[in-house]
Amino acid sequence: MTTIALSSLGRTRRHWGETIFKLCAISLITLALLLLAALLINVTMDGLPRLSWQFLTSFPSRFAEKAGIYSALVGSAYLMVLIGIFSIPLGIGAAIYLEEYAPNNRFTRFIELNIANLAGVPSVIYGILGLELFVRIANFERSLLSGALTMSLLILPVIIIASREAVKSIPGSIREAALALGATKSQIVFTQIIPIAFPGILTGCILAFSRAIGEAAPLITLGALTYIPFLPDGVFSPFTVLPIQAFNWVSRPQDSFHQNAAAAILVLLIVLLLLNSAAIWLRYKFQRRFNW
Amino acid sequence: MIHGIFFLCGCVSIVTTLGIIYVLASETINFLSEVSLGQFLLDSQWTPLFTDKHFGIWPLVCGTFLTALIAIAVAVPAGLIIAIYLSEFAHENVRRVLKPLLEILAGIPTIVYGYFALLFLTPLLQNFIPNLAGFNALSPGIVMGIMILPMVASLSEDALYGVSRSLREASYALGSSRLQMIWRVLVPAALGGITASFILAASRAVGETMIVAIAAGQQPRLTLNPLQAVETMTAYIVQISLGDTPHGTIEYSTIFAVGAMLFLITLCLNFISIKLREKYRTVAV
Repeated sequence: MTTIALSSLGRTRRHWGETIFKLCAISLITLALLLLAALLINVTMDGLPRLSWQFLTSFPSRFAEKAGIYSALVGSAYLMVLIGIFSIPLGIGAAIYLEEYAPNNRFTRFIELNIANLAGVPSVIYGILGLELFVRIANFERSLLSGALTMSLLILPVIIIASREAVKSIPGSIREAALALGATKSQIVFTQIIPIAFPGILTGCILAFSRAIGEAAPLITLGALTYIPFLPDGVFSPFTVLPIQAFNWVSRPQDSFHQNAAAAILVLLIVLLLLNSAAIWLRYKFQRRFNW
Repeated sequence: MIHGIFFLCGCVSIVTTLGIIYVLASETINFLSEVSLGQFLLDSQWTPLFTDKHFGIWPLVCGTFLTALIAIAVAVPAGLIIAIYLSEFAHENVRRVLKPLLEILAGIPTIVYGYFALLFLTPLLQNFIPNLAGFNALSPGIVMGIMILPMVASLSEDALYGVSRSLREASYALGSSRLQMIWRVLVPAALGGITASFILAASRAVGETMIVAIAAGQQPRLTLNPLQAVETMTAYIVQISLGDTPHGTIEYSTIFAVGAMLFLITLCLNFISIKLREKYRTVAV
């Protein structure tokens, strides 16, 4: 079939040009996807033999075969919960302000420009901010709290942008209907806008979390430690997370530690896969429930 | 009252920006009180951890630009071709499958890419380039290029999509082929948006940390040779943060000075990109 298509296309030079362009594009896409496959296969081959219940439930150790990711896994989970508590209300609040309340003036545009720019600030810079602001000035030490606050600032622009999209997609008729029934502005926001936009907001939040859970740079800059042989016992406790543990192992020269790194990465990828599936499922459910 | 609470949420972004500027500026001033601006900008060596201290930022800037340039050289041509293919040639169903698949590349944590660059790509490339060092600029550069590829492709595609139909039809009416229409009408018309995507990708590559910290090495070197180990600004910040450099020392304040430089570079790139996109949006509609 391809040969027939090619010969009929190839009658003129311009069609040959098109065919070559298409082939070029398809091979580039294939190459990119092959690299993705190579990456996943490489990590799985290196890490899977090391993955075991013992690996998940052991503390780090200087012996590669005894080491595990227990404290990193628990640290990542605690951090995510704290980030959620800080960033979701703030992000929704900012999105609601910009979409529902903000007057169309210079100051609003300044806020918008700020958010767009913050979304592009490198994550290490947030780490430096957190180091000075939370670790030193607020004196929270190198704790879960400092880490969570820093990461919340990092993902806030992502959450705000996603939440705004969700709020923007609500048709004006909903607001008008509520106004016609005598609702006040804040009643509209709390009984209509937030509930209707919530699945969309949640999807955005989950995607933002999947960025946060893989981030190591700001937490390293903050001074999160790599060797934590205990579980955090409160928000002021030192902590480590999965990507930091993986980074620590990958920067050692021994192959046995590289295997540990691969296994930790594998766990991280599985968590990300679960988070993203949840986001896709939510989006699917959302699309089916509201048909305007 | 409720209005006020929402307003405060909106202001967090401004406070964050001010916080970043304050932290970077105040510590950089401390740094500059000990090291002159001339030394910072004109010296060609960066050795703050040695006894013979030099504080020339250029080796770090050079390492950053070298790795970012390699990434851009990978991502920009490939991203543009893929964007044109997806918006002009691909069937709707193909597009719907390929786009999310490519987006996976952007969602993979950078630590994973770092692992891949150091333990897969570098050994692989060493088969073809025997004098490639174990830590080098080439392999993290390529991997970063793959990471930013979906961003270039997706933003460029949006830009192409925004070009009005009448321009395409006018071009066809004058007898151009599809490729002539694409290269002489479509791409020039969308150039603002496409350039914005390139610049944003460049900014992402400049600020990328873990990939270069793992695979590019820790040797600040004024070189454009991609086969050698280099150190980027971000990797230096990570290196200092991992060590136990006490607060108040000159070594400690270097990370703020380097951070300020990094922030300024990415700020300029982001700002140009945002402005270009705004301008292009008004033209396209």
